[in-house]
Amino acid sequence: MNRILFALMLSCAAAPAMAVQPDEILEDPALEARARVLSKDLRCLVCRNESIDESNADLARDLRILLRERLTAGDTDDEAMDYIVNRYGEYVLLRPNVTGANWLLWAAGPAMLLVALVVGGGFVRNRSRATTKTEDALSADEQARLKSILEE
Amino acid sequence: MITELGHFALILAFLIAIAQSVIPLVGAHKRWPGWMSFAEPAAQAQFFFVAFSFGALMWGFITSDFSLNLVTLNSHSAKPMLYKIAGTWGNHEGSMLLWVLIVALFGAVAALFGEALPPTLRARVLAVQASIGVAFYSFILFTSNPFLRLAVPPMDGQDLNPLLQDPGLAFHPPFLYLGYVGLSMAFSFAVGALIEGRVDAAWGRWVRPWTLAAWVFLTIGIGLGSWWAYYELGWGGFWFWDPVENASFMPWLLSAALLHSAIVVEKREALKSWTILLAILAFGFSLIGTFIVRSGLLTSVHAFANDPERGIFILIIIAAFTGGALTLFAARAQSMEAKGVFGLVSRETGLVVNNILLAVSCFVVFFGTLWPVVAEMAFDRKLSVGPPFFNMAFTPFMVALGIALPVGAMLPWKRGKLVRTFWQLRYVFGLALALMILAFVLQTGRSALGPVGLFLGSWMVFGAFADLWMRSGKSGRLQRLLRLPRADWGKAVAHSGLGITMFAIAGLTAWEAEDIRVAYMDEPFEVGAYTLVLRDVGRERGPNYFSTKATVDVSRNGQAVATLHPEKRDYPVARMPTTEAAIEYQFLRDIYVVIGDPQNDGGWTMRTYIKPLANWIWGGCLLMAFGGLLSLSDRRFRVAAGARRSAMKGVPAE
Repeated sequence: MNRILFALMLSCAAAPAMAVQPDEILEDPALEARARVLSKDLRCLVCRNESIDESNADLARDLRILLRERLTAGDTDDEAMDYIVNRYGEYVLLRPNVTGANWLLWAAGPAMLLVALVVGGGFVRNRSRATTKTEDALSADEQARLKSILEE
Repeated sequence: MITELGHFALILAFLIAIAQSVIPLVGAHKRWPGWMSFAEPAAQAQFFFVAFSFGALMWGFITSDFSLNLVTLNSHSAKPMLYKIAGTWGNHEGSMLLWVLIVALFGAVAALFGEALPPTLRARVLAVQASIGVAFYSFILFTSNPFLRLAVPPMDGQDLNPLLQDPGLAFHPPFLYLGYVGLSMAFSFAVGALIEGRVDAAWGRWVRPWTLAAWVFLTIGIGLGSWWAYYELGWGGFWFWDPVENASFMPWLLSAALLHSAIVVEKREALKSWTILLAILAFGFSLIGTFIVRSGLLTSVHAFANDPERGIFILIIIAAFTGGALTLFAARAQSMEAKGVFGLVSRETGLVVNNILLAVSCFVVFFGTLWPVVAEMAFDRKLSVGPPFFNMAFTPFMVALGIALPVGAMLPWKRGKLVRTFWQLRYVFGLALALMILAFVLQTGRSALGPVGLFLGSWMVFGAFADLWMRSGKSGRLQRLLRLPRADWGKAVAHSGLGITMFAIAGLTAWEAEDIRVAYMDEPFEVGAYTLVLRDVGRERGPNYFSTKATVDVSRNGQAVATLHPEKRDYPVARMPTTEAAIEYQFLRDIYVVIGDPQNDGGWTMRTYIKPLANWIWGGCLLMAFGGLLSLSDRRFRVAAGARRSAMKGVPAE
């Protein structure tokens, strides 16, 4: 959708190449599968919000090849990701890690849900209590009238 | 000449909107009928002039008038006519004009159908609507004027971006804007009611059709956009959690919450202040969306974003409208006391849960979208928040929504029993569970995503129809079923649409097959159950592009399925290539073929995807929209309007 507008980015859309190229694919299917999974979490640095797995840009291709080199060299997933983050900064991570202030980002949703549940629960309870109040209790006016009737 | 007339008409519409935003408001305050009734003719005149202005701009595009700066930048004489027309809103200035045209359109329609409203509320609503118009007219006239001429017109234009030269451009933005801007009507009603100091069941009934209409348009707009991305971008992605997408998704979530909470206002006179708040926020998020797209805050390089001055202008508009409305809300919210009482377990509570889940999930999207900016400004960290985050943080809310939906939708008003309602759904639950287990067994060793999606989807779809079935009573079921209110049908259809979309997204993600290879002429290869053969690659010439077109035969078990023609196009004027995927749309799955570069050894890079359930995503969106329309055509909206109208006739002119 509007993403198309983003794809207008010169470097991403203009390169006639397509995302993962046949010559990049590793011989070992297990290794390749790991590379595909990891590269969905890595950002193409010259694109808008595109992972290197999807991007057509040359830089994304370089990163894909680098990632595959690390994996072939025997890195674990974490090691390979750390290697790339050390070189390119945490900007390459599409899934921000939970360090420092980032816990705010990760906690925001659950925290807000908790707040909403408390507020919503309070409201619903208030409404259900209101039933008993209005049904059982008389208003001040009614009380006064009842009193006057009884006193007569 | 027409251009100047269009420019002039736009200024006239601006002046009318200024008058319309002041005079009826004063009239409503002082109870002067003449001043109040100024709103309707003004709304209609305003629409007439801005429509003329928009027509004039479109005329410039149709006739390729390159003395217009905007036409030169975004059009070309060789461009097909459809894209010349659609190109009117394929750029910043034109799309803002479309935006304000729709603001005026909704105002004019409200003036036309607003006879049932109390005169003071009607005057106030139209005045607020006009003030939104004023903000955007001045935005257009002072920062993004589409009618600027060039001193020396060039021979030809610079062409529209090729990715935008697609029927998608003709339909996607207008629907999206109808949705965005439709929410301005809910906003105007909310602010009108706040000024009025009165929110009751009738208000809920008036505001709901507008919200529903806006939501239907947003659903169609987002669905179309997602489909467009699916076939245009060349790898079949349909949702990217991109800031601009989120900008359209947040109002969708909030308007979905709003149209549910408005039901509670209408039927039970509770949740009033929350509904008003939602109406303000939903439109506020539409404005924020506009800001995100056009300010360049989140998109350093973007087709629309080129001027921080515009961003600041929109920021002022957001601050004025959202801030002003929220201040008014803070001042008046206490006076809106809830009347309806209901038990802890009831339809009302179900709708509160719906609102909590939708609003919090919107908050998650909002937080994630803005976090990179916050992190950079406050913590000096340059980071990205992408699809992996949103998939993880957002999906649980939708799963919870899907689980709760069939039960909540069937709970009785006021007071219900969870166990009893669940018992009514026991067969549906059993069926959904059985389907899940079946899928789990059949797929052997893949992720649980597909089966879980199937469970959720079937739980929601069959649950929706079980609800209808229960309502049809014991005897003469079929006839009663058909005589149920359209709103009931709308609800069932829309809810099952959501279920289908959820299932399709899960299924597509879980069961997709992909193949990347160098394909050689007449050498068959297999992807999933299909056999593909590259037969031919030729060069062709289009109206404003050159194409490399392949012919690919697809067969299954020796039987021909389709012959596909994936293309690569080169647009010489815009100097940009695009890939045109060839897609064989099937009910259960799509076969998606993309052709890439030639290799030195005579082969061609080819990507093939088997995408199960792809159509179901948009089928579900269509069902949701159709359900909304059914609900919109419900008797009570028509009758409510008609009854009021005839009652008004008996009253002498004020």
